[in-house]
Amino acid sequence: MTVVATNDDTPRASLAGPADYIALLKPRVMSLVVFTALATIIVAPGSMNPVFAFTALLCIAIGAGAAGALNQWYDADIDAIMTRTRTRPVPSGRVTRQEALEFGGVLAFGSVLCMGVLVGYLAAALLALTIGFYLFVYTMWLKRLTVQNIVIGGAAGALPPVIAWAAATGSVAAPLPWLLFLIIFLWTPPHFWALALAGSEDYARANVPMLPVVKGARATRNHILVYSLIVAPVALAPYALGLTGPIYGAVAALGAAAFVVLAAMLWRASAQAERGAALRLFAYSIFYLFAIFTALAVERLLGFAPGA
Amino acid sequence: MELTPEEQRKRSQRNYAIAGVLLALVVLIFVVTIAKIGGNIASRPM
Repeated sequence: MTVVATNDDTPRASLAGPADYIALLKPRVMSLVVFTALATIIVAPGSMNPVFAFTALLCIAIGAGAAGALNQWYDADIDAIMTRTRTRPVPSGRVTRQEALEFGGVLAFGSVLCMGVLVGYLAAALLALTIGFYLFVYTMWLKRLTVQNIVIGGAAGALPPVIAWAAATGSVAAPLPWLLFLIIFLWTPPHFWALALAGSEDYARANVPMLPVVKGARATRNHILVYSLIVAPVALAPYALGLTGPIYGAVAALGAAAFVVLAAMLWRASAQAERGAALRLFAYSIFYLFAIFTALAVERLLGFAPGA
Repeated sequence: MELTPEEQRKRSQRNYAIAGVLLALVVLIFVVTIAKIGGNIASRPM
């Protein structure tokens, strides 16, 4: 390859390594997505061939990662301003925006194609819907526009159990996957607002209309408490409706109680203690989601789930 | 354009990563094909 060097804009070969491309996939978000999908496949009726189950999870993981990469392509300007995100591959200059777009686009297309051909077309359509919703509705439209950005955008993160159910059963005409959707959907706002509360200056500088920036800390704490009170009964609904067994019921009840307690502690916290209380709730919210989906899967594997 | 040793190293890492992913994709499609055909190979009329 011959490139004539004329000035400081000399084209340089990329210094990005495989780790930078893995970072584009937002592996931590991916892990939560894959875990909820895995638990749903385990709890779905019938026994799915492990090969197809693995393939479905792989497609969901890659699809979620692709959405993360496309988000980092579109949001490079915001990510460069925020302390939490400025070391990401695109703002730090290791990967160009164009490369992130191509990488995310190819993986999004590939994951949907593989899901369709290898697993099923309903699951593929739902995966495409999820990626499209995250990119077009959340990232491009709502995130910079409205304080309700993550409330509505949370639907994208909540869909993986529905995709997994579709992959396992070929249908989504059952109440359980939609209840799981609802749990994650309602869990997302308090989860994100707790994080936003701890880093609201960051969002303010980047001009992202997160709740603490627009309505202030007090209103955010109120919202978090209200949402925690809504999530609690919804998380118990699968047990109350007889769709899950007592293990899930106990974990969901205890977990929800702790969620409400932590939200109440944040609600009552002094201004100095706010950040600590918010980060505690944020960390706990991740644990809580893992815990209820673990209970769901373990219960089914141990034979305590109804119909298991 | 002369690549610096660091650029060369990173390019080589990316190439190996792509090779690994392609290989994994080949294996995946092979295994899924076998799983889809399932026992039909063994039970076909000879």
